[in-house]
Order: sequence, then structure tokens, then C-alpha cells
Amino acid sequence: MYSEKVMDHFMNPRNVGEIEDADGVGEVGNAKCGDIMKIFLKIRDNRIVDVKFKTFGCGAAIASSSMATELIKGKTIDEALELTNKAVAEALDGLPPIKMHCSVLAEQAIKAAIEDYRRRQQEKQVNS
Amino acid sequence: MQKRVYMDHAATTYTKQEVLDEMLPYFKEIYGNPSSVHGFGREARKAVDLARERTAAALNASPEEIYFTSGGTEADNWAIKGVAWANKERGNHIITTSIEHHAVLHTCQYLEKMGFEVTYLPVDSYGLVYPEQVKEAITDKTILISVMFANNEIGTIEPIREIGQIARERGIYFHTDAVQAVGHIPVDVKEMNIDLLSLSAHKFYGPKGVGALYIRKGVKLHPFIHGGAQERNRRAGTENLAGIVGLGKAIELAVANLEESSKRLAAMRDRLISGVLNTIENVRLNGHPTKRLPGNANFSFEFIEGESLLLSLDMKGIAASSGSACTSGSLDPSHVLLAIGLPHEIAHGSLRLTLGDDNTDEDIDYVLEVLPDIVQRLREMSPLFAQNKGGKRYV
Repeated sequence: MYSEKVMDHFMNPRNVGEIEDADGVGEVGNAKCGDIMKIFLKIRDNRIVDVKFKTFGCGAAIASSSMATELIKGKTIDEALELTNKAVAEALDGLPPIKMHCSVLAEQAIKAAIEDYRRRQQEKQVNS
Repeated sequence: MQKRVYMDHAATTYTKQEVLDEMLPYFKEIYGNPSSVHGFGREARKAVDLARERTAAALNASPEEIYFTSGGTEADNWAIKGVAWANKERGNHIITTSIEHHAVLHTCQYLEKMGFEVTYLPVDSYGLVYPEQVKEAITDKTILISVMFANNEIGTIEPIREIGQIARERGIYFHTDAVQAVGHIPVDVKEMNIDLLSLSAHKFYGPKGVGALYIRKGVKLHPFIHGGAQERNRRAGTENLAGIVGLGKAIELAVANLEESSKRLAAMRDRLISGVLNTIENVRLNGHPTKRLPGNANFSFEFIEGESLLLSLDMKGIAASSGSACTSGSLDPSHVLLAIGLPHEIAHGSLRLTLGDDNTDEDIDYVLEVLPDIVQRLREMSPLFAQNKGGKRYV
């Protein structure tokens, strides 16, 4: 039911892990629904220099996290914000219809992490 | 070539060679319509009669109490709807359990829409139904009690004889979905006070697409499939000749080998269960420790999700299931695991391994060898694992 690309990103996920001193962290989903995605961003001069993820979920959720992190690595924040769930699914050569929500979660997790980064930046400005 | 291990026998089994050998002539050589008067038809009729005798013998029933169907789902639908429609003047109340197969649950939900009332009994943390609760749920409108013989997901075996006795004393029909039980554990419709029983051939090394409903003599129920006069006017449609022959041979074999096979499977199952529980942390066994099907093992692994576990096992050549095959593709955790009280997040991380006659001790070794690493790999990817290290535990 999954494309070879999904299986590749599931079995050999890219960018798994955590960034301890991350500049932005986003977590979406909940355990009750069976999916949680957590994205960690390292940002320099508005550019994503490192990204890691941790995911609790099905094969499609893990593959979507892996692909989404690949797609935003090295991109500017504005470019990363333009990433859509459709782009994630397409890059994986498609997802089964009932698994499309996994790509939505990936998009949301990235947006949440960037939002967290911006909130921290604002706090820094207020404090300084 | 990669090792392949099939541990999903509760989903379906292969057809045994002896069964297939008996079936094959009934496609090309002996192909008459059992309803035909001529010799071709009579030959076919003889084969159907023999299969009916074999099925009856396996259940301690009479041949005229066996009705062939297209499988377990049809048998469940027929038993429940057939009794409901034929007895609605007597009452509109049905008692069943919250852990039934969807063939029973969805049928009951349909009847609720049609004005029937259904009580879905809870189960304990092992998945056991209490006969006392059945007794308490009975009203003067109760016409049917339907409780599965053994659960397809967690393998728990229900107190069927006791529930049947309660139903018999109160004059209420008792149906049991015995799809997972027949051919695996002893089933005796007389001794166990069963009025209606569903079975399916492909769960005991017979072919898919054929099953049977046992209907005790005297039980009032409407036909489900209308048409010709087959199955003594109760189930229309030209008989699935080869399938019925296969069912008959498979059930005969299964019952003859039952003691030896179930002893062998239970020993392998117990080694699998203790191996998993001893080598992996934060795991629980679902279902009853002893009152369980000989081939069933069902676990919940904390912090990981079942499908990713299945995919990982599949990459190692191991065929397993999480919950029921019929629900894969649905995003909700299994209703059975929720009914035994598991929190959603634990229910999501469940794995069912069901053993069969083709499994060997080496297969168990192989699973025990690869499973810990798979669980570890997925846990290392899981944000729940990090959060829960040394923290709250569910199991």
C-alpha cells in the first residue's frame, strides 16, 4: 500500500533525533489519535541550518516527518513556511488517502516549530 | 532468500494439501448441481451430504442442523437478523458483548436502527464476559444472547457453557460466533447449550468463502438469502460445492488433530509470550493468561504505534497483525483493546501474533531475535519514549 519512497523513509528515516539547544520546537498531534510529531529547528540568519524530528505514529507518519525535514533543511524560514502537505506527499510518491493526514501533521509541525522560534525571538527582543 | 514467517493464522490459514486434494475433483470431474435429479447432480449431492455429516460430527450436532453459508460473516448476520425478525413479536431485546467481531457488532447496530434494543456487555481487563452480567441484563423482551466463543484479537475464551445454560433456563436463544474456536478448542453444541453457532472454513485450514451456521432443531429464524430450495429452504443459492467439500474435510482433520495441535501451539505460544515479556520492557500481554486460544499472543508495546511495528516485521519477513485484519486501514484503535480498558495510546501499540500448524520452534526464535531491535528502533524515534523515560508507566 505504500510507495517505495515511503518505505525507504520509514526504514531509513533522515534527521531522526533531538536538537538540545534548538531555536524552535513544534509538537502536533496526540497519543490518543496515534500520531505525535515533534520537530526541532536550529536557525541562523533566518535559515534552517539543522532540523531533527521524533515521531510516534504509523509508517506514513514517520516517512512524512523524514521527508518534510529533508525538504526544509537549508531553506529560509519563509521558504519553509510555504511547504504544503501536498508537497510532502508528492515527494514521497503519494500517500494512501487515509494517510494524507500524516502529511498534514508534518506541515503543521514545521509551522508550529517556526512559530515557536518567532515567539522566542520576540521574547528576546522584549528582554534586551 | 529472506526468511518468511507467517504468524497471522487468526486472519486466515493456508488450505491443507489433504483438503485441497479432496476439493479439486469437484471443479471439473464432479461438477453437477446438487439440486439436479440426474446422476451428475446426485454425485454432487453425496459430497455435500458427507461434508454436512463431518461438520455435524465435529460439533456434536445432527447433520440436518448444519447449514452451509458463504462464511462466518454471513452466518453471524443470518443468526442475528434471522432470529430478530422471526421473534420480534416475543420481544425486541438482544444481549451481546462489546468485544464481538464487527460481523456481530455492526449487525446489532443495524438492528438498533430498525427498532431493536441491544445491550453491549462490558468485559473485564482480560476480555472475559461474566455470566452473572448476562443474567442481569435479561429482560422479558430479550429474544437473543450472542457471545463469541473466543476473541479474534486477544484470544480470550468465554464461559460459553455457563452463558448457554442461563439462556436455556430462560428460554432465550443463544448464538455464539465460534469462528476462532472451531477446530482449535473443543466445541460441543449440546453440552454447551448452544442454539446457533457460526464457523468459517478458512480459519481451520479450509478454503475461503465457505462457512456454516449450526441451527438447533426447533429454533425459529427467518431465511437470510431468499431464492431456491437449497439447504432445506433456509439458505438459497447453488451450493459452493468444492468449498463445502473442503470445509467438511478441513473440520474433520482439525478435530482429529485438535489435541495434538493445540498442545504444540500452546507450548510455542507460551515460549513466545514469556520471551517477549522477559526481553522487552514496558510491554503487556493482552487477553487472559490461561483461558486463551492455543495460537494467540497479543501484546501492547508502550510508546510505539502498531502499524509501524507491522511494517518493520514485514520487512523481516514476519507476517503479523495489529488488532483485526478487518480494521486495518481504520485509524481508530481496536474496540476490543479499548473494551479491556487500555488507554488509546497503548491500544495503538498492539501486536497480534497467531500461530498455526506450519509454525516451528525456529519461527519463535526468529521473532524473539528480531522483535526487541524493532521495538527499540521505533521507541528511539518516539517523542513519548523520551518523555516517559523513568516517568509515568501505563503497564
